Amino acid sequence: MHRIPHWIVLAALALAAVAAFALALTAGSVDIGLPTVARALWAPDDDAGAAVVRELRLPRAVAAFAVGGLLALAGTLMQVLLRNPLADPYVLGLSGGAACGALAALLAGAAALVTPAAFAGALVSTLVVFGLARGEGAWAPTRLLLTGVVVATGWGALIMLILTTAPEAQVRGMLFWLIGDLSGATRGGPGLLALAGVLIVAMFLARDATLLARGDTTAASLGVPVRRITLALHALAAFATAVAVTLAGSVGFVGLVIPHAVRLVIGNDQRWLMPAAVLAGGALLMLADTLARTLVAPAQLPVGVLTAVVGVPLFLWLLRRSAS
Amino acid sequence: MNSTVPMLSCHGLALTVPGRTLCRDVAFDVRAGECWIVVGPNGAGKSTLLRTLAGLRPPAAGTIALDGEPIANFAPRRRAQRLGFLPQDTFDAFPATALEMALGGRHPHVRRWHPESAEDVRRAHEALAAVGMGEAAMRDVQTLSGGERRRVALATLLAQDTAVLLLDEPTNHLDVAHEVRSLQLLANLARDRGRAVVMALHDLTLAARHATNVVLMGCDKVEAGKAVDLLSAERLSALYGQALVAVAHPRGTAFLPV
Repeated sequence: MHRIPHWIVLAALALAAVAAFALALTAGSVDIGLPTVARALWAPDDDAGAAVVRELRLPRAVAAFAVGGLLALAGTLMQVLLRNPLADPYVLGLSGGAACGALAALLAGAAALVTPAAFAGALVSTLVVFGLARGEGAWAPTRLLLTGVVVATGWGALIMLILTTAPEAQVRGMLFWLIGDLSGATRGGPGLLALAGVLIVAMFLARDATLLARGDTTAASLGVPVRRITLALHALAAFATAVAVTLAGSVGFVGLVIPHAVRLVIGNDQRWLMPAAVLAGGALLMLADTLARTLVAPAQLPVGVLTAVVGVPLFLWLLRRSAS
Repeated sequence: MNSTVPMLSCHGLALTVPGRTLCRDVAFDVRAGECWIVVGPNGAGKSTLLRTLAGLRPPAAGTIALDGEPIANFAPRRRAQRLGFLPQDTFDAFPATALEMALGGRHPHVRRWHPESAEDVRRAHEALAAVGMGEAAMRDVQTLSGGERRRVALATLLAQDTAVLLLDEPTNHLDVAHEVRSLQLLANLARDRGRAVVMALHDLTLAARHATNVVLMGCDKVEAGKAVDLLSAERLSALYGQALVAVAHPRGTAFLPV
């Protein structure tokens, strides 16, 4: 197996993230040159362009990076935990719970409560799935997966119920939320902070996570405290997903495609895969969101549509490639 | 290490699986240099015994001691520095090179946040070479055959470099040449390097060649003791419910089904 050295992959992904960041700040309804962007970031003046960069594009680009990174990291963790390269952050029904919470808040006319309601919904879903799937002391991946899929279907039914009973005027906003949309992102800080926190803790457990992918028995015999590590990684993945969904709705495919694609290049050593997936996911979502703002400007597309449009063929191609 | 303290021992051991008692009141001591082989029919509980001895599941009753200390007292990492276990099945859902797999065996010896040292990498290469997989170090394990993967798993255990080695059917999927070589390698580890080896095997002829001690695990009784005392055609025939005859040869005894 010939592999590009790990650090070169990581450096290339970091460069890609910087490029996507630059593009996100310069491209849009008004084209703003790099010098203006640089001035806006380091020596703000009263220039109108600088205000657009600082108040609109910068927080949105940072939020996009954070959401993309969180979803890619959560996907990486779920794939290890369920020992299934096709797992994604939503596989245990987390996005459904968050969406139900957010939609219920929208329906009740409490727009200010959308964020806490989404987070609470994600939390409730996680607890329900783990409570139901728990048996004989441990969470067997298959039972967790099946419980998650069924609970997600339940949330889906509730979402349909809310959508059909909601007044027409609200349905559009609800749909954007369901598909995943960053146009409401006005602050990038909280997401970035959550991403940094989750990544640091996950990196602390990275070597154990790599061994966990070989199965509980092998990991335990190599000295991994399996129960503790499994629980910690599930909590990290759930938290990362809940934050991402709360910030941007259910953006699809980033958490599925990115870990899978990055793994093909860098292997499954979590010490490298986790940071690489964060950079790739962040870069991809910044790029997708820039396209979502500019493709049909002045109208905006929900970024989830773009990630799906790019993600579905990419994923199918990866699957075909790995089959041959 | 005080030589009077066995490396691994069990006393009053009872094993149960849901709805069934596999054995009770099993006791034996495994000392440095000994090669214990567990034989018995399918479903008698050989795997359960090994997993329990490895400290991976609690016994229904009785105690297991590693270096004279209850194994339950060991934190996973400290246990893994002293005792290694090769499960019956290992699986690789994700791509990894044979070298990365073998390096996993160094996990209990490498400190958190530290990368594996050149010495760890050397030991992993050495372990792969010992099982004849030295040339395949950079191959993706997902492209290897079942027998080759089994040898990589064995290399992982060798790289772990533990005083006690527990193996559940280590020769699964191996061709006859690698079966013979792998068992010779394990027997040598016990005889020449003072390791304690306990493994489940189905090949009675190879068991007879290498065992210093045996555990005969039947469905209703368990006997443990010296191989010369227990490995007879009569006992084995009764154990499996299948008539066997011992055929003597200058290189050892073969057990033939009749």
